[in-house]
Amino acid sequence: MDLLSIDLWFILEKVILIACIIGLSFFIAMYTTLAERKVAGWMQDRHGPNRAGPFGIFQPLADGGKLFFKEEIIPVHANRFLFLLGPGLAMIVALITSTVIPWGAPIVTATGTIALQVADVDMGILVVFSIVSVGVYGIMIGGWASNNKFSLLAAIRGASQMVSYELPMGLSLIAVLFMTGSLQMSQIVSYQVENGWNVVYQPLGFLIFFICALAECNRTPFDLPEAENELNFGYHQEYSSMKLGFYLFAEYINMFVSSAVMATLFFGGYDIPFVNEATWGLEPWVLSLISFGVLMAKVAFFLFLFIWIRWTIPRFRYDQLMSLGWKRLIPLALLNMLISAAVMLWLKS
Amino acid sequence: MQLTQRAQQVDRRPMNFLESLYLWNILKGMAITLRHLFKKKSTIQYPEQKRGFSQVFRGLHVLNRDAEGRENCTACGLCAVACPAEAITMEAAERMPGEENLYREEKYAARYEINMLRCIFCGLCEEACPKDAIYLSQTFAPANYARKGFIYDKQDLLIPHPINEREAYLKALGDRPPQHSTTSNVN
Repeated sequence: MDLLSIDLWFILEKVILIACIIGLSFFIAMYTTLAERKVAGWMQDRHGPNRAGPFGIFQPLADGGKLFFKEEIIPVHANRFLFLLGPGLAMIVALITSTVIPWGAPIVTATGTIALQVADVDMGILVVFSIVSVGVYGIMIGGWASNNKFSLLAAIRGASQMVSYELPMGLSLIAVLFMTGSLQMSQIVSYQVENGWNVVYQPLGFLIFFICALAECNRTPFDLPEAENELNFGYHQEYSSMKLGFYLFAEYINMFVSSAVMATLFFGGYDIPFVNEATWGLEPWVLSLISFGVLMAKVAFFLFLFIWIRWTIPRFRYDQLMSLGWKRLIPLALLNMLISAAVMLWLKS
Repeated sequence: MQLTQRAQQVDRRPMNFLESLYLWNILKGMAITLRHLFKKKSTIQYPEQKRGFSQVFRGLHVLNRDAEGRENCTACGLCAVACPAEAITMEAAERMPGEENLYREEKYAARYEINMLRCIFCGLCEEACPKDAIYLSQTFAPANYARKGFIYDKQDLLIPHPINEREAYLKALGDRPPQHSTTSNVN
């Protein structure tokens, strides 16, 4: 069905996939907020929210409904256009990042293969990086346009934190790319399916990447842009109603996507560990579903890790944050890269 | 000098290599929070579960009746005298013929008010009363919108009739009946 040399089925397939992934992102982000509050409660010997529905499962809906009906306030001296742009940008960037992640094993049918991935671009991981670095504009624009000094301070902090931690993140990733030899996400996953998970060979690289992911998502112990007890909630102080909701929600979507990226890069993506699923002789779509479930399990583990760390560790001081980033993580990442390169050379010779 | 045995010396040794890495201490901290995940929750789920009062809890006042349902109070005023917060006001009246089933003795309280905003729930009125007419129950004064709602009059304070409203009476009595219940039955 070719019309004007555009494959309509292809577009339909991708549109459905995009809709599914956006829906999934929203759903998981919603229930991560509940999980966050539940885990926080349990870790403090409380129950957490348990009034809205059984075990509080309708709590995210109640929260969302509340945010929708809150009064919408735009400060008089705020830059109206940028003030509105901030949360939208944060949300869009959070959602775009998920395009290059392979969500499951491709479904092989008689007519062709359906990849469970919106765009399998050959520089996949660079796409993630470039979009994530745009994400800082959501915080910066929002904080600046609020015309509030706390927000501005938070925006500056957020920007410098993001820039500082993107460096070791990229450096730790280079070591992985040495091994896989490709930037394509599907290639990285299939390499791990054959040769074992990257985390086994790059434990230090994973650690650095994980710490930087915490910083990129503005999660504790790196939540300096929010810093509710020194900066009055930082960059979203002047925001109310669903604009605030967008900022908060974007944080959870970022968590979800970075969990997926970490699972893909270091934990084998949708690979089922210890077994060779090809020998089971199942239908291809069943296998794809199982592999998708495995990826989700890994994502759930990372999300729990994010939450667990948040309710354990206090926030860094600003100078500690900077010295950790520049004086510890970057040299460590460089060292890790050099050692990996040397080992790769030695193995090849 | 030690006041308790719980004092501990602060560890001021310089950090060793493992501690200076910081990661190890984070892992220890995370182990602690993980343990708390499975601990018993200390929450009392309020509307469903209620936390009981102590056995010596001093709550809202109750004006007592005897076994036949007659009011014990003779308006002698000893409770008002004993009250350190001056929360009790009363007016005495004489019992008329035909009211013997209402009041136990020849004098009774025509008006008896306690201002719950003044009351400090010390229980001295209960101690002072020679007729076992007033005691402090196991409930507390509910919230109210107006100050005058906290001035409890005699009808608010009187215990339900022990014969006509048996159930309400037992409920008001609680699990802690007045210690010296029926004194001499003087007419």
